[in-house]
Parts: sequence; structure tokens; C-alpha cells
Amino acid sequence: MLTCFGKKNIRLTILTYTLKILLIDRPDGTYCFRLHNDRVYYMSERILKLATNISRDKLVSVGTCFGKFTKTQKFRLHITALDFLAPYAKFKVWVKPGSEQSFLYGNHIMKSGLGRITENTAQYQGVVVYSMADVPLGFGVAAKTTQECRMVDPMSIVVFHQADIGEYIRSEDTLT
Amino acid sequence: MGRKLDPTIKVKRGPGRKARKQKGAETELTKFLVEGKTVVGRKKLSSRARKRAVKRAQVTKEPKQEEKPKKGFSDENNKWLKPAQRKRKIEQSEEAEDSDSQWEDDDDDNEEGFINKQMEEEDDDDEDMVDDYGADEGDDQDSDGEELLPIEKAARKQKKQTSVKPESDDDDDEEEEEEDDDEEKEDLKEDEDEEDTVQANFDETEQFKLPGAADRAKEGLLQMDLQTIHQRIRDNVDVLSHFTEKREEGKERSEYLSLLRSDLCTYYSYNEFLISKLMDLFPLSELIDFLEANEIQRPVTIRTNTLKTRRRDLAQALINRGVNLDPLGKWSKVGLVIYDSSVPIGATPEYLSGQYMLQGASSFLPVMALSPQEGESVLDMSAAPGGKTTYMAQLMRNTGMIVANDANADRLKSVVGNIHRLGVTNAVICNYDGRQFPKVMGGFDRVLLDAPCSGTGVISKDPGVKTSKDEADILRSAHLQKELILSAIDSVNADSPTGGYLVYCTCSIMVEENEWVVDYALKKRNVKLVPTGLDFGNEGFIRFKERRFHPSLKLSRRFYPHSQNMDGFFVAKLKKLSNTIPTAPKETEDEVESTKTETAASSEQIQKPESKQRKPSSTPEKSNMGKKQKLKQKKSEPPIIRKKAGVKSENKKSDGPKKAKIPKLDGEASKKSKKPDIKQKVKELNGDSTKEEKKEKSQLEKKKNKMERKKLLKKNINRMGKNKFRKLKNVLGQQESGQ
Repeated sequence: MLTCFGKKNIRLTILTYTLKILLIDRPDGTYCFRLHNDRVYYMSERILKLATNISRDKLVSVGTCFGKFTKTQKFRLHITALDFLAPYAKFKVWVKPGSEQSFLYGNHIMKSGLGRITENTAQYQGVVVYSMADVPLGFGVAAKTTQECRMVDPMSIVVFHQADIGEYIRSEDTLT
Repeated sequence: MGRKLDPTIKVKRGPGRKARKQKGAETELTKFLVEGKTVVGRKKLSSRARKRAVKRAQVTKEPKQEEKPKKGFSDENNKWLKPAQRKRKIEQSEEAEDSDSQWEDDDDDNEEGFINKQMEEEDDDDEDMVDDYGADEGDDQDSDGEELLPIEKAARKQKKQTSVKPESDDDDDEEEEEEDDDEEKEDLKEDEDEEDTVQANFDETEQFKLPGAADRAKEGLLQMDLQTIHQRIRDNVDVLSHFTEKREEGKERSEYLSLLRSDLCTYYSYNEFLISKLMDLFPLSELIDFLEANEIQRPVTIRTNTLKTRRRDLAQALINRGVNLDPLGKWSKVGLVIYDSSVPIGATPEYLSGQYMLQGASSFLPVMALSPQEGESVLDMSAAPGGKTTYMAQLMRNTGMIVANDANADRLKSVVGNIHRLGVTNAVICNYDGRQFPKVMGGFDRVLLDAPCSGTGVISKDPGVKTSKDEADILRSAHLQKELILSAIDSVNADSPTGGYLVYCTCSIMVEENEWVVDYALKKRNVKLVPTGLDFGNEGFIRFKERRFHPSLKLSRRFYPHSQNMDGFFVAKLKKLSNTIPTAPKETEDEVESTKTETAASSEQIQKPESKQRKPSSTPEKSNMGKKQKLKQKKSEPPIIRKKAGVKSENKKSDGPKKAKIPKLDGEASKKSKKPDIKQKVKELNGDSTKEEKKEKSQLEKKKNKMERKKLLKKNINRMGKNKFRKLKNVLGQQESGQ
């Protein structure tokens, strides 16, 4: 179901957010990625077997959707993958409580809302955004390196918004 | 003195000629007018107004000063002087407009101005009842002049009103203030009785009198006041509960009931059908409670997602955000009820990160009843919007497998969203019609069926149900539910080591959709009811009007908005006993009364097919077989005819032991020899006593057979009494003639 080409693409994207891929072999069974209707789903083999009973046009979702392939075969990671990728994130960004809501509405993070950032974050590095209570809020891309973040003025953007959990309400329809 | 007044015009002072000229009106009047009179933003007085102002200043002092602020509703006093009721205001304004210069304070412009203001104020202060002074003044002043103290005016007004309109006080309290005076008066005529009852209350003798047909017709034309209807409902219920003491002579109970029905329809905005159904379901006192409960919303409840957090931590986090909450009750470890909140409860970061889900309290119950275990495979047949599915997943700790199905593709999106948000990983979501299910996939350990229903339990969420449901809707839902429950039963694996359970639930309170459907399932499949595990809630009905249900339906549970403060709900838990589906004959059998003896029934089924198989093999004449089988199955036939049939198909009623006899006899052979026939018949009568046939026949037949057997055993087997022989002869004769 999933071509090699596709898998490579995913891995590349995922690597920008995490260093390790520990998702295939897990202590509680083997998991796998499968492609269905241009979307990539992550599920255990048990469920995979069961899902084969359901006809393709009636199957809506299996396990967790990680993301989808766009028309031009680029891979877009969805917010639904957050729970799996967040624990493996190498580079994290913490947002102050005041700017939490702003990020959840889809805005970029400004220097004034930045709480903490891991050291040695490169520019345009994929990051996972957390709230101060260590609740993962979404994905982003670092606009500046950590050093630059210290020096830049409060109104400039430090993290570009990619995906946030507010999308569960804002764009419920596009999850499937 | 017609000069225009302009404050900017400078007044000439000094000894000169110009100073001696007459000064403008304003300057003249300032000598006379009191200071407090001039107000910022006040309209300019006309000539007459000025004259009046002067006169006033000269004539009166204290009373005037008191009156002025109240009478005029002058701008500075508007804020603290709030007019009481709209109605009185309208009356007053009408009267005030009609009045002439008696209303000294203002000119016509001003009057309209302040009346409009009054109207505006009334819109804001609808319920301020406190001061009657402002309101009453208008009426009284027109008649009496302005020299009365405000309190005296109020008293006079009160007297007037109590004499003319006794109930207008009550009406004024009402939110509906659209009636005209005429309507009130006519209502009075009709409601004189009630007025009497209200007054007579103190005398302890109440008589609720039914309005006659003429009155009812009048009511139909006019709009009745809601307060009156409510009072009438209460009185009616009171009479009906103590019918023998409080009834009116000559009036039937049905008349009271029909009046109550129409009143309830009007007051609570239901259609006739639904009110009749509810009146059948509930005793009258509960009915009122139920209807009242449907008018208000149930409290908002949330369910903690134990996959991501604990209830304690979640409660703490929400309290920090400013939410006022409490644990739901002893019966739930994951529920929280929200009293009020300063943040939108469906948009907090905790909600978005999937730590809780907004879910009605009654929706917890079917999942608690089903209690899926870890590692099981579960099917949720009508999963949208996914609250129950995710609850099941959290109970299973993301192990095993859940199939969430819904027939509506749009609503499935919310299931997907919720599943991802709450971090459920063991779910497969599909879009089938529930009735296709055993074909697509079967052999589940547990199945949850939250069937689509008429929604009569969630009227508080959707008031449209009050008027949109009728008989056809209910029956249509019931039909669909019956099909779904059969599919659901067929999808359960009875031999599952840990499960074999089905929970059927609806958010409806109608018996046709609840007990009737479960009873139907009991008859059609090898299932039985088991306790739900919910120790609160009302028991299901065993009988309702003309229907009788299986006694085990007591184990199902009903929940009502007025007794458990959650949406109306019905939950029944079924256990599947065997995977075999009973075939058609079982359905036509009236005799199989006790469905609890499923094992016996299933064994019977096993025996039946065997016996049927034997017969075709044993008898050479296959053309007769079909007939014979049909004849065998006709239980409703009276014994005599049975006998005939027995005689006709004498070959057929044989079993294993009688096999040898069968090939001997043919239909033709029976014609030839009577004696062998008789013998055969006797043997067949013996043969009838075999077990399999016994169960098929009616009890009468059994008895008869027993008796015959006994007789035969007593006497010589070949001998028969005279009369009997004669009878037999006749029967045989008829048979031959028939052939």
C-alpha cells in the first residue's frame, strides 16, 4: 500500500522534528504505516488485519492519521501526530501563558511570547511547541537560532506556526 | 412678549432707555421661577408654559415640589423613578395623551417625549414592581387634579383596579403582556370559578369547575392567558388525583382528562400525539415534573480522559482557569459537572489537548453497562459523535480493537476528530449501514448499539421534538431499531471467552422504541437479559397498555430528566446464548412461551431438523411430504380435524421406532382396508406420544393423546368400544368419500 517513495518522504519530514524513529517496533506489538486515500495512518498490525475486512470506500480512518500527501506528493504532517512525535522531539519551544491562546488561534509566536527554547536550535529547524505546563500544543519551525532569539526585539517572530491543537475545533472537517 | 429666547442675548443694564425697555421673557421669568426648575438640556418653554411656570411658582410650594419630580418624569429624575408595569404605562399614556391642560407640567411635545421615554424604560425595567407612584399618577391626576399626595393617588388607583380588574395584578406579573383589556375581562367571565376558588381557598372548600362546551369554544377563539392555564392545569391534576372527593357532579373523568390534555398542549407547546403518549407513560404528578424538566437544560457534564490525565488533576487545572465544577456522583469516577465557567468549556487548552470530553451524563451509562475489557474486540454501531467510543477505548486502555461505525458520513468526521484528539489508537472507523454488519464483519466480543430514535428523552436539548413527532415517526424508528438490534445480535460471538454481550440503548422514553424492541429481540434470537450493573434508575416496563413483555425486562433501566436529572434514556444489556439463529418455525410457534429455556429450545431445534430429515428418507412418497409437514405444523386446528389429518397422513407421523410400519401403508392402501387403518391409527396415536411431536401440539391435543393412550393400554389393543368404532367408521367413511 505504501510505496518506498512515500515512506522516504515521510521519514524526511519526521526527521526534521525528531531524531529517532521508535515507532515501528514497540514493546506492545508491531506497528506500521499504511496509505489510504492519500493519507498516512499509523496502526498496530492487529488492527490492520481487522481493517482489511472493510471495503475501501467505506473505510474512513484506521488507528491514527499522521498526515497526508498533497496533490504534488509532498507530505504534510497533521496535528493528529502530535501525541506520538512530541515525546521524541529534540528541539522544543515553551510558550508563555499569555501567548498560548494566540498560538492556538493559528498565529506565529513572537519573541514576547517565548518562554524557553532548547539550546542550539538551528534556523528553520522543526520544533514542538509546549505550554509552560508541559502540555504539547503543536508544531512549528524555528525562525531564528537560539542565539538570535536572545538578541532580537520582542515583536519579531521567532517560531512559525505549522500545526496546533486548536485545529481540532477550527478545521474539524479537514481531519478527514 | 413674543421674542425668541436666546440665552446668548445680552441683557442691557444701566440707567439708559434701552435698559428700561421690556426685557426678554427669560429675564422676566427668572425673577419668579425657582432655581431648581431650570435643567440642563431641558426644552425651551413656550409662552403658555412659561406662564404656567410662573403661576406654579407663586401658588404652591411644598406639595408642588414633591409632585414636580414625580409628575413630570423630568429628566433629572428619570433614573431613580422607574415606572412599574408596561400595561399601566400604556393605559396611562393613552389617557395622558387624551387629557388636556390638566397635565400642567409639560406641553404636548414634552408629554410625548416622556411617554416615549417611559416606554423605553419599560423595555428595560419590565419586572420592576416597586413604585406604583409614578404609574398611577397619570390616571388619577386627570380626574382629581394634582393636589393629592402620591400615596393617596396610589391608594385610589389600587382601589380602582381591584374593583375592575381583579386579576390584572397577576397578569402584570406575567411575562406575556400582549393582551388587551377586553380579553382580560372575558377571561374573567370564564375564570370566575377559579377566582372563587382562589378566594375560597381560605374557606377550605375548593371546587374546580370544568368549563362547559360554550366556554371551551370561546377559549378556542381567544388567547388564554398562560397563568390561568397553568392554574387550571394544577387544579385539574389535583381533582384527578382525588377524584372521588373533588369531582364535579355529572362530569366524567375523561372530560377532565381531555381538558388537561389540551391545556398541557397549549402551555408547554406539545402536539396532541406526544402529550397523549406521555400521559400514558407517567402518572399525572410525574407528568408535570417531566414537562417542567424538559423546559430547562440539564447541567453540562464532562468526562475525564483517563488515557491522558486524572480527574483530580483535570479538576485542578480547570479550577485554575476559573471553572466551577464538582464530581458527577458516586456512580462515576470520571465524570465532572460544570456549574459555571468564565472560559468556554469547549475551547480550553485542556479540551484541545484531549484531557476531557463534553458528554451528557446519560451517555456514560451504556458504556458502564457494557464494560469492555482489555484486549476485546468491540463494535459501536452508531458511533457519532464518538463520546461512547472514546469512553470504551479508555476503559480498554487502548488495547484490543474498536470498530466505530456510523451510517452518516458527515457525522463521522466528528468521530474522527474526537478519536484523534483524545488519543485513541485502537479504533477503526467505517461508514456502513448498521444493518449490513454481520456480513462485513462479525464475531465481536461486545457490541454497543445506541440506536437512532425519536429523541423524546432529549426534548430539553431539542424543543422541536415537541411538535414534530407523530405515530408514523415512532413506528418507523421502532422498525429500524428492530432491524438494527437483530444485526447487532448476529455480530456478537456467543462463544467469546470474555464477552458475548450487547447493550441496546436509546435516548427515548417511548415504550415502542425500548421495551418492545428488546422483547422482539428476545423472541427472535437466542439472547437473554442480564442485569445492567447500574444500581439507580427506574426499571423497565413489563406491561404497558395492551402489550405484555417478557418478565426479564425488569432488568433494563430507564432514566428520566425529572428524577435523575439527566437526559431521558433507556439501557438494556443482553447476553447471547448461542450462535445459532432460530429458524422460521420457531417464530410461528405460539407455544414456546418461556424463552428462558433457550437451551431446551435450541435442543428442540436440533431435534427438529433431524426428525424432518428422517421423514423424507423414510417415506417413499415424497409428494405427500410437503403436505404432511404443513399439516403437522398447523397447531391451531382443532383436534378432530387433526385426527382427520392424522388419518390422512397416517404414514407421516412416524418416527424412528415406527419406521418399519411406514413403507407398508400408502394413501391407497388406507382406502382398501379399514382394519389395518384402524390399527395403524392406533399405532400412530401411540406414535404421537413421542417427545418431538408432543412439543409441537397444543396442550389439548397432548391431553387427548394421553387419554387415548391410557384407554388403549387398559383395554385390549385390538378392541375398541362400540361408540368409538362407530365414530371411526364415520370418519373413515368421510375420508373415503372425500378422496
